[in-house]
Amino acid sequence: MSRIGVFVCHCGENISATVNCEKVAQISKELKGVEFSTDYKYMCSDPGQTMLKEAIKEHKLDGVVVAACSPRMHEPTFRKACSEAGLNPYLCEMSNIREHCSWVHPKDDLTTEKAEDLVRVMVEKVKKNKALNSIKVPVTKTALVIGGGVAGIQAALDIANCGHKVVMVEKQPSIGGHMSQLSETFPTLDCSQCILTPRMVEIAQHPNITLYTYAEVEKVDGFIGNFKITVRKKSKSLDEHLCTGCGLCTTKCPQKKIPNEFERGLGFRPAIYVPFPQAVPNKPVIDRENCTYYIKGKCKVCEIVCPTKAIRFDQEDELVEIEAGAIVLATGFDVLKSDFFPEYGYGKYKDVIDGLQFERLASASGPTMGEIRRPSDGQIPKKIVFVACAGSRDPAKGIEYCSKICCMYTAKHAMLYKHKVHDGTPYVFYMDIRAGGKMYEEFVRRAIVEDETQYIRGRVSTIYEKNGKLIVKGADTLMGAEPVEIEADMVVLATAGVANHGAEALAQTVHVSYDAYKFFAEAHPKLKPVETNTAGIFLAGACQAPKDIPESVAAASGAAVKVAALFSNDELTREPLIAVVNRQAPPVFSSCVGCFLCQSVCPYQAIEREEIKNRNGEVIKTLAKVNEGLCQGCGTCVALCRTKAIDIHGYSNQQVYTEVMALLND
Amino acid sequence: MQDFEPKIVAFVCNWCTYAGADLTGTSRTKYAANVKIIRFPCTGRIDFMILMKAFENGADGIIVSGCHPNDCHYSTGNFHARRRWIVFRNLMNFTGIDTERILFSWVSAAEGFKWADVVNNTVAKIREMGPYENYNKIAVSTLLKEEVSNHE
Repeated sequence: MSRIGVFVCHCGENISATVNCEKVAQISKELKGVEFSTDYKYMCSDPGQTMLKEAIKEHKLDGVVVAACSPRMHEPTFRKACSEAGLNPYLCEMSNIREHCSWVHPKDDLTTEKAEDLVRVMVEKVKKNKALNSIKVPVTKTALVIGGGVAGIQAALDIANCGHKVVMVEKQPSIGGHMSQLSETFPTLDCSQCILTPRMVEIAQHPNITLYTYAEVEKVDGFIGNFKITVRKKSKSLDEHLCTGCGLCTTKCPQKKIPNEFERGLGFRPAIYVPFPQAVPNKPVIDRENCTYYIKGKCKVCEIVCPTKAIRFDQEDELVEIEAGAIVLATGFDVLKSDFFPEYGYGKYKDVIDGLQFERLASASGPTMGEIRRPSDGQIPKKIVFVACAGSRDPAKGIEYCSKICCMYTAKHAMLYKHKVHDGTPYVFYMDIRAGGKMYEEFVRRAIVEDETQYIRGRVSTIYEKNGKLIVKGADTLMGAEPVEIEADMVVLATAGVANHGAEALAQTVHVSYDAYKFFAEAHPKLKPVETNTAGIFLAGACQAPKDIPESVAAASGAAVKVAALFSNDELTREPLIAVVNRQAPPVFSSCVGCFLCQSVCPYQAIEREEIKNRNGEVIKTLAKVNEGLCQGCGTCVALCRTKAIDIHGYSNQQVYTEVMALLND
Repeated sequence: MQDFEPKIVAFVCNWCTYAGADLTGTSRTKYAANVKIIRFPCTGRIDFMILMKAFENGADGIIVSGCHPNDCHYSTGNFHARRRWIVFRNLMNFTGIDTERILFSWVSAAEGFKWADVVNNTVAKIREMGPYENYNKIAVSTLLKEEVSNHE
């Protein structure tokens, strides 16, 4: 006979507003095996937990059901409380009568009845629960940081400065990310390179950091504390140890007309190139798709001119195996592609550019050496139109969210333009100005007042070319939607920030979830903003949602602290909710017949072979055996086992069948 | 049939649909109280014989929901569930069990609104179909019952 305790939480009014908690507690008391039942305003509070502990001791409870919020929220809280009262934590279950009941149903009898059903299910389940002990696994104190933008850099440095090893993997030939492309940053107008490059150099020189550039994560196995990652280091066609970074090869390369990605197509680069002068590492890579040697089989000019003979045309990709205890995703964002704006003529008119291209025009190291010159003829534009929300907040285009950074950088662009072209006029078409942040509103005011930017509240309907001018048609909604037409020399679109190209594939490789826009999903939007639903994998920066630099850096430091906290222990305790193969007395040994179908479906290679031998050492039976360190408790093997020899703690066949029967039979 | 309240059991995975249903709650989106959730670690864990157990015990409809393809927390569990469902559905059609009463769906942790839609649509559909009285007339269930009594 069981002695179950039922504790029904009001959660203030969150539950009791629609569910009659007293009644749920009363009804539960009538259930077979329920020894004690009560309701309380806040079960998770200190007095609530104390009450739980005292009830366990006083009534000698051998099972506890807490009917409250989602177990994803407070299961650890109550299991810990049980454990402190001397009850095995795995004899505690939660009924979710808040998220799945009180919050989604109106106040009526049906809602209370549903709560009663949910409690009854768990009472029946907990009777079948077994006392379990948590599993200890060692922690590999190395972190993998994927992405070398400002977020990745911050996370890597913070973790490395805590004394842990870090491996950073960057897809591009250099770290730096989008921030290295920016000219000056809001709201201080300090130069982006000036504040970023010291950090990039620190990454390269830090004794705890190993940097792989031009590399991508190909495979992730394992689990928190024990990830095994395969990284593909793409061939740079270069011996990095011999190369001194003198740059002679890049100046002599005959192939010079390749659109420069770093300059967003506004400049050119050779086939052997360093993306930008401050690149880290400052050593070139050969772009094989555009290299004359790889296309035509001859050239090799770089090899001839290289003073240290560092060029390796036959170099192959290298696969590196990394063992890491934690992963930080910092893969950043991308901006919308050109074909998104047929009405704005992006891609059709050379002088319609996006915000990142304008950053390059304004950058002292950019294609125009920092002079604002329009791409078509190199003239200095006298009238420039900035279009905010180009793509953002536009459900018709499929992007309903606000890209968050555009209001600020558009104000900055207008300002930078005015600082460089004193007699020019900047116009900004905007929907709303969203300038929440320290010194942000003041910054926008400055653009309007000091730099005389003409802000026009309204959307641009179309842009077309006429007599060498770009005609921007829009409406001024603050003037009664009066049509506005501006003859501009250049147009800059503040294109929406979108998830990075390949984000979806990466999410699937590392097993994290992502939202409808392919941004990586955090575990909880408020309270777990840098964690993912996958233990041991954390998020930093704009791979999660559009973020500005201060926010990215803050998130990265947050993720780094989570990693450091994880690494502060030598071993981790893991939930023992894993699969187990039954054992019986000889001569049966187990109902497992050794078909090993379980092995074929296990995503973690956690099924091993166990040989049963007789006294003479002869194998008389081969059974499946679960490796406790590898099993993650998905239970796919359980559903497949034809003799029901394998079962899973916490979701055993007995438990789930009991749940179904309890749910449907009141 | 006006006051018929269908009993619907939802078998969902912990990582996507359970979390999605939590989000429905957090966003206070209302849905019908007829659906009650049973949590599994993964749809891959769901032995489809348990759906039979639910029908046998009086369920009028069933929802099975997990992570979208490729999003499984355990990489491949939902693919196994999908494959198993295809095979199982054929078997059920063969035995005369009404597969229209089972909804197989993907609801991610970010799709709180979708979960409410899935529930409401299923409840509306089952309400229209009426109670599933036919199940216990089918021979399969009789066999199952014998098996159960043997166990007990």
